[in-house]
Amino acid sequence: MDLLIDISLLTFLAVTAIGIIRITNLFAVIMLFAIFSFLSATLFMTMDAVDVALTEAAVGAGISTVLMLATLALNKDHNEKQPDKNRHWLPLAVVLTTGAVLVYGTLDLPDFGDPASAPQTHVAPHYIEKAIEETGVPNIVTAVLASYRGFDTLGEVVVIFTAGIAVLLLLGGRREDPLDDGAKDKRVPQNLVLRIVSKIVIPVIMLFALYVQFHGDYGPGGGFQAGVIMSAAIILYSLVFGLGAAERIIPKSVLMFLTSLGVLIFAGVGIASLFLGGNYLNYSVLASSQVAGQHIGILLVELGVGITVFAVMLTIFFAFAGRERS
Amino acid sequence: MVLDILSWVCLVAGGLVGVVGAVGIHRFPDFFSRQHATGTTDTLCALLILLGLGLQAGLSLAAFKVALIFLFLFITSPAATHALASAAVHSGLDPKRGRTDSEGQS
Amino acid sequence: MDFVVSHYNYLIAIFLMMTGFYTVISRGNLVKKIVGLNIFQVSVFLIYISLSTVKDGVAPIYVEGVKVYSNPLPHVLILTAIVVGVATTALGLALVVRIKEAYGTIEEDEIHSQDNSL
Repeated sequence: MDLLIDISLLTFLAVTAIGIIRITNLFAVIMLFAIFSFLSATLFMTMDAVDVALTEAAVGAGISTVLMLATLALNKDHNEKQPDKNRHWLPLAVVLTTGAVLVYGTLDLPDFGDPASAPQTHVAPHYIEKAIEETGVPNIVTAVLASYRGFDTLGEVVVIFTAGIAVLLLLGGRREDPLDDGAKDKRVPQNLVLRIVSKIVIPVIMLFALYVQFHGDYGPGGGFQAGVIMSAAIILYSLVFGLGAAERIIPKSVLMFLTSLGVLIFAGVGIASLFLGGNYLNYSVLASSQVAGQHIGILLVELGVGITVFAVMLTIFFAFAGRERS
Repeated sequence: MVLDILSWVCLVAGGLVGVVGAVGIHRFPDFFSRQHATGTTDTLCALLILLGLGLQAGLSLAAFKVALIFLFLFITSPAATHALASAAVHSGLDPKRGRTDSEGQS
Repeated sequence: MDFVVSHYNYLIAIFLMMTGFYTVISRGNLVKKIVGLNIFQVSVFLIYISLSTVKDGVAPIYVEGVKVYSNPLPHVLILTAIVVGVATTALGLALVVRIKEAYGTIEEDEIHSQDNSL
């Protein structure tokens, strides 16, 4: 039964991908890509990767789509130029050859779901057996993310931080008046239904983001997902009430501060454990017992991740939306 | 046992309603009637499927979460439909009036 | 036939990867190129998650008495990769916006012809 669901979802994915190639209206392409992301999130769900599914649903289908639409809104032309028919053959040949080589490569891959395959037999059994007693965190993904591979995650957070800064350098330079609401409001119709519904929904989204953040030790979730969901709430607010209103709630200077604060918390926890006599990012020394220390460390690190992801996503969105206005 | 049958009836019915909505998108002539087809079936489809799932879960935390999801969808789904329709009106799309071509021929 | 069923995930992932690759190299529109890159990216996620799945396993959240879990390590890698992916996509889109402002178009061949005519 699971296999059947898997196979039909994968087939849907393939069909959607073909649709994305063939359609030339960019607006439709982006909508199809959102569907593609949702399908892949469902697929991750059926393959037991609940944390990944949550992230993909929030990021791929949510933030990515909004950013692509914002880019498209800055382009007046929503149609792709028809590609030249004669230029198809070379790319097609390259793609078919590469594909054939890769298919040949799959001959050596283990069967789907094989419990004796190489990825299942090296380091993973240690995490699965020992994570609960070493860290006291039932969600093994969170334990690996924040504790065992904390250094990796620190690197990823720095990458996100850097990307945020780079987008700001590219798009954020233009001087603008943050209180200039009039121009925006003329284009966004004063829609009563949307205003009221979003007033009901936004607090719920924020509450859910906090739940995902702090329940990440016990269920699917964590800083990455929570940060994205929280920023989605603010993005919704700025879509309905105008960019100026959203920037009054969270000014750019506060966002800059939060962006660096998250990375600082993460790295600071590492330094703190260094001073208390452990290795960098070894949280066991933060409290009297190992499990308590790990718990504090994971909580703080996830908080840092959440703050940085939230602030960077919002910075990026504001940069794109602000470009539209000026 | 009865609950199990009932929940499956709900799940299958919800799926069917969803398919009917999808057929509506293909068959209806213009944006607004298509919106009508999906917008109305969407909520019912979600209701039936979530009801079926809730019955499967029984009285538990999972059923409570399903109820919350339903509440959320019940508010947001019509609002999304409304937003789409009002955006269409705002950008100057007029509903098709009168008989459509395919009806005229038959 | 057995091979196809037991390797269906990988085959579709390769198909998606090639679809994304094809979009990137054959289409001149920059937004579409970025969508193609994203499809490529999702196909990589798919391969990792497929490798992490264990038959009859459950999601890697510790429950008393359950012995078989899916492999948590690929989940961690992909979870962070998704968020990093959106950050890099945003960077790409920001470049597209700047190119549009500088050249007035997002079609690759028009940009090239403008460059050559300088």
